[in-house]
Amino acid sequence: MPGLGTSFGRGAATGFQQDLQHSDCILIMGSNMAEAHPVGFRFPMLAKERGAKLIHVDPHFSRTSAMSTQYVAVRTGTDIAFLGGLINYVLTHDRWFRDYVLAYTNAATIVADTFVDAEDNDGVFNGFHPDTKSYEPGLAAWNYAGEPETSKTHTPKEVKAESFSERLGFIENVPPPTDPTLQHPRCVLNILRRHYARYTPEMVASVTGCSAADFLQVAESLCENSGRERTSAIVYAVGWTQHTTGVQTIRAAGILQLLLGNMGRPGGGIMAMRGHASIQGSTDIPTLYDLLPGYLPQPSSLRNHTSLHSYLDQEHVPHGYWSNFPKFMISLLKAWYGDAATKDNDFGFGWIPRIDDNYSQLATAMRMADGKVKGFFLFGQNPAAGAPNGALNRAALRRLDWLVVRDWFEIESASFWKDGPEHPDPATIGTEVFFMPAASSPEKEGCFTNTQRLLQWHDRAVDPQGDCRSDLWFVYHLGKRLKALYAGSTETRDQGLLNLTWNYDPDGPFVLADGQTSRITDEPDTRKVLMEINGYRVADRTQVSGFSDLEADGSTACGCWIYSGVFPSVDHNRAADRRRTPGNYVDPNWGFAWPHNRRMLYNRASADPDGRPWSDRKKYVWWDEARSTWTGFDEPDFEPDKAPTYRPAKGAHGMASIAGNSPFIMKPDGKGWLYAPAGTKDGPLPTHYEPVESPVANPLYRQQANPVVERYDTALNECAPPLDPAYPIVATTYRLTEHYLSGPMSRFNSWLNELQPEMFVEISPELAADRGIVHGGWLVVVNRRGAIEARAMVTRRMRPLTVAGRTLHQIGIPFHWGFAGETVGSIANDLTLIVADPNVSMHEAKAFTCNVRAGRLPASAPSQPVAVAPRPTRERAPETPESDQPEGQFR
Amino acid sequence: MIDQLGKLADVWKLPEPPAAQEEMGFFTDTTVCIGCKACEVACKQWNQLPSDGFKWTGHSYDNTSALSGTTWRHVAFVEQMDRDAGAPPRWLMMSDVCKHCVEAPCQEACPTGSLIYNEFGNVYVQEEVCNGCGYCVAACPFGVIGRDKEDGRAHKCTLCYDRQKDGMTPACAKACPTESIQFGPISQLRETARARVEQLHGRGETDAYLYGAEPTTEYSALNAFFLLKDAPGVYNLPEAPQRPGAHLRTNYLLSFGASIALTVASALIFRKGR
Repeated sequence: MPGLGTSFGRGAATGFQQDLQHSDCILIMGSNMAEAHPVGFRFPMLAKERGAKLIHVDPHFSRTSAMSTQYVAVRTGTDIAFLGGLINYVLTHDRWFRDYVLAYTNAATIVADTFVDAEDNDGVFNGFHPDTKSYEPGLAAWNYAGEPETSKTHTPKEVKAESFSERLGFIENVPPPTDPTLQHPRCVLNILRRHYARYTPEMVASVTGCSAADFLQVAESLCENSGRERTSAIVYAVGWTQHTTGVQTIRAAGILQLLLGNMGRPGGGIMAMRGHASIQGSTDIPTLYDLLPGYLPQPSSLRNHTSLHSYLDQEHVPHGYWSNFPKFMISLLKAWYGDAATKDNDFGFGWIPRIDDNYSQLATAMRMADGKVKGFFLFGQNPAAGAPNGALNRAALRRLDWLVVRDWFEIESASFWKDGPEHPDPATIGTEVFFMPAASSPEKEGCFTNTQRLLQWHDRAVDPQGDCRSDLWFVYHLGKRLKALYAGSTETRDQGLLNLTWNYDPDGPFVLADGQTSRITDEPDTRKVLMEINGYRVADRTQVSGFSDLEADGSTACGCWIYSGVFPSVDHNRAADRRRTPGNYVDPNWGFAWPHNRRMLYNRASADPDGRPWSDRKKYVWWDEARSTWTGFDEPDFEPDKAPTYRPAKGAHGMASIAGNSPFIMKPDGKGWLYAPAGTKDGPLPTHYEPVESPVANPLYRQQANPVVERYDTALNECAPPLDPAYPIVATTYRLTEHYLSGPMSRFNSWLNELQPEMFVEISPELAADRGIVHGGWLVVVNRRGAIEARAMVTRRMRPLTVAGRTLHQIGIPFHWGFAGETVGSIANDLTLIVADPNVSMHEAKAFTCNVRAGRLPASAPSQPVAVAPRPTRERAPETPESDQPEGQFR
Repeated sequence: MIDQLGKLADVWKLPEPPAAQEEMGFFTDTTVCIGCKACEVACKQWNQLPSDGFKWTGHSYDNTSALSGTTWRHVAFVEQMDRDAGAPPRWLMMSDVCKHCVEAPCQEACPTGSLIYNEFGNVYVQEEVCNGCGYCVAACPFGVIGRDKEDGRAHKCTLCYDRQKDGMTPACAKACPTESIQFGPISQLRETARARVEQLHGRGETDAYLYGAEPTTEYSALNAFFLLKDAPGVYNLPEAPQRPGAHLRTNYLLSFGASIALTVASALIFRKGR
């Protein structure tokens, strides 16, 4: 999440869901929290019961809207216009929190005179190269004044902006020049004022389709509920990320929250609600091609990464916390290669594969469709129905030589060769599919890292049935077999595999929760994996207590530095801690949050520059003068004994360069970035661009869409040009509470299927009347990628909008169905387009164009659902004593 | 021999019923229901009930439609997007359940003694006693109890009797993320509910009221009662539930009168015929 990383330092939710109960106003935008995160939604509900305003800004009226005190309907893909309008309102009405902004943000920093704002250049920043469709390598021109011409940390466009090195940005002159009087025309706040001057309430209304009055009510609610005594929070989810402007949308939220003084404070912050159970975990210890664990950059042949020395030199940020980066990298190499990693061989740095191109999911799908990918593993992933442009993804799978699918059921991605909308002829498909049964989470132990960076251990309650095994078991034994296969090889390229430390064998039989011994004897010991992730001293194999124990000399090993501290001694797995702390809602002894069990990031900002709480009502972490330490309800996200009065000496490096009044310790200047001189690939300030497919001309700039968007124009991935009269309707996709993603975990469950048994599309009565569509009847949605049929849910919850003076219709498409399961239906993703945000290669499934008509698809031969599971046996419920099932508490 | 006879005699001895406990019930506050249906799934999972089939109704997000012998919690969805001027649109959600009436018509109608009040004051079907006559189904004014096609017997919410015996919260209330479903001693719940209505009225939400918290002249109080924001009919609840038993006296008197009248009439006819 570079949107958050570039603004604040770390790309993760800044607070925790329990903290939302202390908000005075919550803006939920790009999230349908009540439906997609119903359990966490209890906290916004608690805030509302305590008098907080709950605002939902969304294209469709959902269960979240029903719970809110204000609902605002907007056109999908116009969030930056709405947020830019809020920023403009805060600035022009002087509602920004002056003391906070001056002390904790880069508002006063002066930007280089080479910078040309998109506002003065028809929507394009300076440094744009039309032939490469990118801003490289001219980023230096966005830099602070006095910085050298070339920016060291800028990565080429093939490498995404996920690593800490790129997000944090490199500044040579620390501290950068400032004008605390805010008179300088090129100080950040004045650039901000000019950039958003045209984002007036009327412009917001014209672009987004909401009324100016509704917009002003939102603006007032946020301003009234921010400041010393009050705080507002913003909640978002994939409704913001799944756009070609997703990163910048989140940046805009960051700017707004910094201006209102809501970052690092209780009831404030930006709560990123992640889309899967442990998706935070799978970016922390990444399944991404361009990251190593803990957001270390993946070595690349496109950069000067030939040796460990040049890699560290290139990616190292000398100021702020990232100055410790070499410790984390070398400890990672020691964890991976053990004794084979020595100072003389660069700790095995040369064994790590280099990336030379974009290998994100979308780019890989395109390559696969071209026949350039031979084999593929799917672990709990269903691209045949769940990835954008389903037809392309299925065509891609049909060109593989082999495919391994590990799942609970025979999902679409395992049966694409015999079923699906294309009615494929199996005889013509060469892909060999290995379908491997997977264990479910209660059948294996391990950690979830949830949306608030909280690691929670779960036990293995029972053994999985039959041949079902955990993914860890599969990967571990695959690794063992591969190591055996390559044993003795002297090829350089094989040394990484051969030297990999790979011993997680169990020390003895596994005892299940009910006291029985597991029948599976070769399941790896998950605790050993987490202990390695935590890190240890190489000499005596004792666990380190946290990342501050790590060294750059090879004396420590650590599998993921941000998780360090989770397993501080062999008998203490903090992820498994379940102790409540009465009187402290932060509950620091429930699980373990990265980094270092800090539940709220940047919480130094909950105190004023002198270290005193901004107000008694909003106290959280403060400086205890008598004890000379930071204290409070949470672990301080700051050096515990650094006094607020501390000022760095000239030329100071590392943490010594961070002043006692600078809460954003990851950033080289210690400030929250209103303006981002580095860290994003599409500009230092969020700017409204239309979605790539849009029936509306950009009302703000001549530049229609994001100029550096990642495009894949192929026959299977045709995109409608802007304002294409054939596709005048805007569509968005979303989830329902009753199902999960494309359905592998829910459409094989009859208890969930009966709650939402059929694919439907939500449309307004006006559009239905116009097209002769009747409620409960059938409709067809069509665009350049495909056509789907669904039942028509005609409802006033969808409403036509007036955009730029014209009536614009939006439809809402739940994306839960496919051709495998107890209930089957059209695949919403057969309509979505592969086109991506330049920062993170995220697709734009939340905004595309289409047309609708009444009726069904010609010659539709729907797939047959699988037989419904047999009726549950009505055995008597087990006698379970109360002590075995302790009651949880709500409040 | 004597021992054996003694054991035979045991069959006729009634076991001692469990000692009465504090009366327990549900208070369902619809103002905080987010319509997640976790209660429906938790109920089916704990009680191992089958699905009722896959029928897309188009009636907002409600596809289970009603309570039945195999659906013991049901969430109703009412879209009110076009309301009078000034009133914001709303989407009402309400988790319905057996009302556990203080005087339950189903229990009165049951000829086998299968339906009883258990020690927690809850109306409970003893499955092994039920003969499937269906009188209870006709008697319930709320349409709660139903027969399961599989075994022909009547089934409904047990208020998780088995969980309560172990001191645990019923599955639906346990799963509810927002405490829309509250479980507890009924006297306490009625207190809480009254305070909640007052709080809402204080906030200007004057349409909030309790359904079934107090007895009416025609019907007893409910031990599973509701806080509603619109007329009961909007949620598919009867405005004034009727207890069939209330008509028994009149009906018996009428049929007694009719039988006398018929006897007299036939006597007269036969006399004439002689």
